[in-house]
Amino acid sequence: MKAYFRVAWAVLWKDLRVEWRTKDMFTSMAVFAVLALLIFNFAFELRVPDKRMVVPGVLWVTVAFAGVLGLGRAFITEKDRGSLSGLLLAPVDRSAIYFGKMVANLIFILVVEALILPLITVFFNVPLITLPLLLILLLGTIGFAAVGTIFSALTVNTRAREVLLPILLFPVLLPVLVAGIRATIGLLEGDTLNDLANWVQLLLFFDLLFLIVAYLTFDYVVEE
Amino acid sequence: MTSVLIRVQGLQKSFGRHRVLRNLNFDIEAGTSVALLGPNGAGKTTLLRILATLSRPTAGRVTIAGVDIGANPEGIRQYIGLVTHAPLLYDDLNAMENLEFFARLYGLSDAEERIRDLLTRVGLYHRRKDRVRTFSRGMVQRLAIARALLHDPPILLLDEPDTGLDPQAAEMMNDLLKELSGGERTILMTTHHLERGLEVADRVTILSGGRLVFDAPASGISYGELRPLYDEYVGVGAI
Repeated sequence: MKAYFRVAWAVLWKDLRVEWRTKDMFTSMAVFAVLALLIFNFAFELRVPDKRMVVPGVLWVTVAFAGVLGLGRAFITEKDRGSLSGLLLAPVDRSAIYFGKMVANLIFILVVEALILPLITVFFNVPLITLPLLLILLLGTIGFAAVGTIFSALTVNTRAREVLLPILLFPVLLPVLVAGIRATIGLLEGDTLNDLANWVQLLLFFDLLFLIVAYLTFDYVVEE
Repeated sequence: MTSVLIRVQGLQKSFGRHRVLRNLNFDIEAGTSVALLGPNGAGKTTLLRILATLSRPTAGRVTIAGVDIGANPEGIRQYIGLVTHAPLLYDDLNAMENLEFFARLYGLSDAEERIRDLLTRVGLYHRRKDRVRTFSRGMVQRLAIARALLHDPPILLLDEPDTGLDPQAAEMMNDLLKELSGGERTILMTTHHLERGLEVADRVTILSGGRLVFDAPASGISYGELRPLYDEYVGVGAI
């Protein structure tokens, strides 16, 4: 078990270090997210009487599309340089590699969310930085990173991987997105987390489900 | 007395309807260096990837030190060091960081000293703080060998390690391979260079169309004898 966590930690640390130096993933996600927010801001500025009506959709759509940009790169750099084989040679259960990369992806998406939350607050004048909303966003992002990382590994060997990833990912991710959006609407309308227990439980259920399925299937996904 | 370290029995591998390996059977004794020759598409890389547990056989059995590689792949990986024409390294980490990362994957406790020794051995200690991105092809390949030797594996699999090297770098690689093959380590190396195969290995084999068509001790055959045999087995002008 110690070896398992050591490998997961090593992969996480390596991904963070490489990203810190190159900023490849963060730059593409952050630029996309900011541009999307600007477009949403101009599109809705004159037509929506209460901006709280559109903010949950703006938030989750921006996170989903920016996130998929980053997830698409998670295994491409490994595959193109052949280093994925180097990882797979580690004498440990390969799901440790999955968890290392999943947590790295989760951190990258959370950093982008930390950038866009204040921007949405300013653009739409709707306070989003509250503890319950941060919790909902975290639960949704865990599910997103969990399923996105496994699909990123699955599509990396295909020719049309950039197109295939969102096509495969979003239908599976739909329950998480719906639960996240519904819970965010509730919070903006003044509900408490207790009132939204069903949506929170749904998010927790799918997070757990995606993590278990990924744990069980990652070895088959990456092996030839 | 020698003992069989790698045993391949009835090995087959297909990708869809394309059969890459066809009923391969051979043994490799511990401490032996084997050069695996063959044209592109012969199945050399596929065989090495199966031995390295990166690919699953369609049929047949491979044992390493008596252990079926399908039954305990995690344990088998501890025995294997793999060098391919792709370096399996990270361009944006420096040489030291790359080896430190792989040392963590293998759970090495005395990693710092081992990394220093290996970098010195492959002549890259003075470039240890430089990113791999700034290395020449020959330097990258020498670092890849250091990575493969990091956990001191008893088996080294080399998949065309001299691909893309200029003559000087290829000569350095040759010296390194000769040094490695002189020890107790078991080496299986694929190459297109017949002379290099004869120079480095104890045994020379030829794989063609997924079948092992030739297997002989390297000491008993010269380049002049091997060349026409190779042309006959794989077709003239195959390389």
